[in-house]
Amino acid sequence: MKKTKGIPGHGAFTAERLARALLLICAVVAIFAVCAITFYLFAKGLPALHRVGVGELLFGTIWKPTAAEPRFGIAYIILSSIAGTALSVLVGVPVGLLTAVFLTEVSSKRLSAIVQPAVELLAAIPSVIYGLLGMMLLNPVLYKLEKIIFAGSTTHQYTGGADLLAAVIVLAIMILPTVISVSASAIRAVPGQLRAASLALGASKMQTIWGVTVPAAKSGILTGVVLGIGRALGEAMAINMVAGGSVNLPLPFNSVRFLTTQLVSEMGYAEGIHRQVLFTVGLVLYLFIMIVNLVLQRLRREGGKDDG
Amino acid sequence: MGESLTLGRKRPADTILYGLIYFCAFLSVALLALILLYVLIRGVGSVNWAFLTTVTSKLKGTVGIAGNLLNTLMIVVLTMLAALPIGVGAAVYLNEYAKPGKLVSLIEFATETLSGIPSILFGLFGSMFFGETLGLGYSLLTGALTLMLMVLPLITRNTQEALKTVPDSYRQGAVGLGAGKWYTIRTILLPSAMPGILTGAILAIGRIVGESAALLFTAGAAKTLPKTLSKFFAKIFQSGGTLTIQLYLSATSEGDFSTAFGIAVVLLVVVLLINMGAKALARRLDVQNRT
Repeated sequence: MKKTKGIPGHGAFTAERLARALLLICAVVAIFAVCAITFYLFAKGLPALHRVGVGELLFGTIWKPTAAEPRFGIAYIILSSIAGTALSVLVGVPVGLLTAVFLTEVSSKRLSAIVQPAVELLAAIPSVIYGLLGMMLLNPVLYKLEKIIFAGSTTHQYTGGADLLAAVIVLAIMILPTVISVSASAIRAVPGQLRAASLALGASKMQTIWGVTVPAAKSGILTGVVLGIGRALGEAMAINMVAGGSVNLPLPFNSVRFLTTQLVSEMGYAEGIHRQVLFTVGLVLYLFIMIVNLVLQRLRREGGKDDG
Repeated sequence: MGESLTLGRKRPADTILYGLIYFCAFLSVALLALILLYVLIRGVGSVNWAFLTTVTSKLKGTVGIAGNLLNTLMIVVLTMLAALPIGVGAAVYLNEYAKPGKLVSLIEFATETLSGIPSILFGLFGSMFFGETLGLGYSLLTGALTLMLMVLPLITRNTQEALKTVPDSYRQGAVGLGAGKWYTIRTILLPSAMPGILTGAILAIGRIVGESAALLFTAGAAKTLPKTLSKFFAKIFQSGGTLTIQLYLSATSEGDFSTAFGIAVVLLVVVLLINMGAKALARRLDVQNRT
């Protein structure tokens, strides 16, 4: 800093240095937080892997934490998280992409002024409200469906409609706003000349959208999809309320546990090795999320290159 | 306009696609309308003055969420007290002081990572670190510190965006007049970036109000109201359930759906107000940028 005197702010040369130091501390809080979270999850999550055994824990399918001879297999829980996320993305992304196309390419200003704020509000609704509505509206409908489909079955365990399907529907709705807003801004960033050239060559509007505009916005749309995957993977409360909660193979009409809901429902009372295993569940979730994060950051970097 | 020039007729595939596009856009609006209407119809009957100002008690026969309202408010204030200075400070450092390099990319990587971590993991970490290691137990403070980490990226990023829109001529003008860097930041840059910072803060408040998974194992579920001022401050170190947590408990273990829907109405109103506030601010920011 320059050492001029008698000008406001310059009586305080030390204040300048102090401010700089304090601001630096603020900036490294994020680094500290990520390191601390990583450290804690590994430090608390690894012991159970050792005590229970990697194979038994990660590939075991029996979850009986409080039995006389407890079993801690979380394979079905991991599978449920993967299946739930994959299915909800499969449902949510097409709907989201079509809505993004509507907002950017098709809609009139007047209609956009309704749809856009609606999407933003959907993003702002707390997840417990999604869960509550899922319980009240979705589960009864699915229960009726369940009763019809498994009418003659003697082996099916009735879930009252609280099953994987309910979780998938709720998750698909919850990732919609993310997919829509990220895809829409990617599509908006596509230069107008591309569309004009395509239309001038005689392509119809739809051909232009799906043959030119959307492919040009590919990396941005993919970013939205990956963000959606992250959101679905990490959602806890809403699906805890609608998915039943028994550890089962993730079939549509089975009551299921996810990595996240496993923590929500058992962290409160778990003790000893049971508690340690839950930390391992957290660690597994964390590793999944880190993979998603790394893919995301690579995508963003590539997107950045395209712009420049 | 939409048709191909070579074909005089509409392509049937186009018509189907148009239909699908309109249907999906309609779906989002219909979903929102369904959520709002259903919650209002089921919940508005439970919301009255007593519901907002008393605490549920079997002894007195009252049903109310005053304790949860207060807890939510306290968590919001505590979280923002911690997160706002740190988030804004980090953004100022990144934008005004740091030179591009290893440290900056590391901080940015960390901020991105933090924003991708799900709230249940924040809760898990918060209960271990703030609750157990630092010995704060189940308390509003543990919850607030946990949420501080969660909303940090949101505030940092919004402040950074706002600082980027402050024209460089402001900085050069201040330096030309001989003002120091911190003085310039304090008197010129931060005031100019204020609408952006506030937008970030409001969005963060929205996230805190709606958050549940990160609070379940950090702030707990108590719902009493303090009777004296000292008890009010002592509450910071005691367990307290927010509106979302009470909604979750009412809808699941307590099976009290009228309370659950009542809280849902209150939450929706708050979320709606926050959303509108953030929008109004963003619009102001936009106008400022154009002129």
